[in-house]
Amino acid sequence: MEFKRMTLLAGHYGSGKTNIAVNLAFSLKKRYDNVVVADMDIVNPYFRTKDSTEDFEKAGIKLIASRFAGSNVDLPSLPQEMYSLTDDKTCHAILDIGGDERGALVLGRYAPMIQEEGDYEMLFVFNSARPLTPDADSAIEVMREIEWAGKIPFTGIVNNTNIGEETTPETVISSMKKAEELCEKTGLPILMTTVHERIFSSLEDKIPNLYPLKLQAKIL
Amino acid sequence: MADKVLMKGNEAIAEAAIVAGCRHYFGYPITPQTEIAAYMAKRMPKIGGCFLQAESEIAAINMVYGVASTGLRVMTSSSSPGISLKGEGLSYLAGADLPSLVVNVQRGGPGLGGIQPSQSDYFQATKGGAHGDFHMIVLAPASVQEMADLTVHGFDLADKYRMTSMILADGTMGQMMEPVSLDLEVKPMPEKPWATTGTKLQRKHNITNSLSLDPEELEMLNFKRYERYKVIEENEVMYEEYMMEDAEICIAAFGIASRVAKNAITEARKMGIKVGLIRPITLWPFPTAPFKAAADKVHTFISVELSMGQMIEDVRLATECRRPVKLVNRAGGMIPSPEQILEAIKEANKNGGAN
Repeated sequence: MEFKRMTLLAGHYGSGKTNIAVNLAFSLKKRYDNVVVADMDIVNPYFRTKDSTEDFEKAGIKLIASRFAGSNVDLPSLPQEMYSLTDDKTCHAILDIGGDERGALVLGRYAPMIQEEGDYEMLFVFNSARPLTPDADSAIEVMREIEWAGKIPFTGIVNNTNIGEETTPETVISSMKKAEELCEKTGLPILMTTVHERIFSSLEDKIPNLYPLKLQAKIL
Repeated sequence: MADKVLMKGNEAIAEAAIVAGCRHYFGYPITPQTEIAAYMAKRMPKIGGCFLQAESEIAAINMVYGVASTGLRVMTSSSSPGISLKGEGLSYLAGADLPSLVVNVQRGGPGLGGIQPSQSDYFQATKGGAHGDFHMIVLAPASVQEMADLTVHGFDLADKYRMTSMILADGTMGQMMEPVSLDLEVKPMPEKPWATTGTKLQRKHNITNSLSLDPEELEMLNFKRYERYKVIEENEVMYEEYMMEDAEICIAAFGIASRVAKNAITEARKMGIKVGLIRPITLWPFPTAPFKAAADKVHTFISVELSMGQMIEDVRLATECRRPVKLVNRAGGMIPSPEQILEAIKEANKNGGAN
C-alpha cells in the first residue's frame, strides 16, 4: 500500500490496531528514513505499542509514548513530544489510537493540524470476530462514535478479522463479505486485509491487498 | 454450534453473565477490570437490562444486595482495592444468605499497589473476605473460555447454595484475548421462595436481613450455614490434573500461574524430569483430596504464585506437611517466568525430596 505522511489506526478496542501499527512501522522503515510510531492509547493498560520498544530501537524507528505506558499507574497523559508528529513534516508516522470513542478522544487535540496538512489516511480496523462488531451496521456505529470523538472522518478500512490462534483461511474469506458491505455502506475503500503470516500464502491469490502480520511477542 | 468470537477475558465474563440471565450490573471503574463495566454499559441498555455506575464500590455492592433480595441474578466487579471496599457488603450478603456474583480481577498490592496482574488476594477471597464466619465459592479461571464458563457456573452455584460466588482472576486473564464459544449451558434457576417479590396478600412477608437480636438464634444460623458449606466441600470441588500419572514432582498453580507452569513442565519433561500439575479451579472449596493423594506419590510440591505465597498454606494443610512444599513466586504485579519455575523443578529433582 502507498503511505501518506500519517497513517492513523482507530477502531473497536481489541480489533488489532497495535499489532498492525507495529507491522506497518517496519514496512514504512524500508521506504523512509524518518519513521515515527505514536502510541496514543490512553485506555488500554496492557499489551501496548511500547512493548515493542526494543525492536523499534534496533530498527531505528522512533517511538513516542506516554512515560507511564506499561507502568504501574494508570495516567491518561501524552507527552508534549506528540506535537512533533505534525510539526516535523519530514517524518512518516503511524498513529496507534486507543480503542472506541473513549480512546479516540485524544485525537481531537491533533485533528485540526492533521486535517490542515491533509496528508493522512484515517483507517478503521475491522474485526468481525469481535462480539460487538459482528457486522457492517455495528461497525458503522463504532465508526461514527470514533469520528465524533476524534474529529477526523475515516478514509479507509483495514479488514483484520481474526480469532487469534484459531484463525483459518476460511475465517478471513468469510469475513470479506461483511467487509465489502461495510465498504459499500460507508463509501470507503478496503485499503488492505491483514492476516497472520502463517496463513498469508494460502490467501495471497484470493484476497486483494493482503498484508502479512507478525504478532507482537506474547507473555505466554 | 455458534461460531467462536475473539474476546478479552473481561468481556467474556460480562457476556457470559448476560447469557446466564444477569440483567443487573453495578460497578465502579478500576483497572484492570474496567472492560467488564464498559461492556455492560454498551450491552445492558440494548437488552432491557440495568447498567449503573455507582458513586463508589460500597454503593455498588449494596445495590447488589438489593437486587439479590428480589431473587434476580445480579453482579458487580472490581479489582483488589475495590474488593476491599466491598468487604462489608460481602459479609452482609453472607449474613442474609443472598446469592450474587462478584468478580475480582486482581492487581498488585497491598494498598493502592499498581495495575499489573497479581494473585495476592487469595487469602482475602478464600478465608472469608470480610468480618464474621463465612465463605464465598471462589472460582479461578485459567483461560478466556473458562472466564465465560465459570461465570455461568458461578451464578448456578450462588443460587443453589444462596451465597456469593467470586471469580478470582488476575489482570492478565482480564486483558488477554482468546477465541471463545458463547454456547454456554445455563441450568434453570431454582425456585426462590425467600425472595422479596411482593406478598400479593397471599403469604407472609419475606425479609432479607443480616441482623439477629437473639445470640442463640444467630449461633444457629451460623451452624446451619456451615452445614451447607460442608455439602459444598463434598460436592463442588473442581480441579485439573496435568501429567500427574507418573509425576514425582507436583506443581500447584491456579489461573495465569498454571499456564506458565505448563510451559515449564513441557521443558522439564524434555529433560526427562517427571513433573505434573494440580490446578485448583475452585480455590474454596480447596481440592484437598487430589493433593493428599499426590503426597503418596511425589517427593516434592512446588507452589507457583503471583504473591508472597498464600495458596502454599492450603497445599501444606492438604498434604499434612508430609512432603516439602517449595515456593516459586513473583509479587507486586510481576509474573514468574517459565525459566524460574524450571530452575525450581531441576533443583527439586536433584534433591529428590530432601529439604
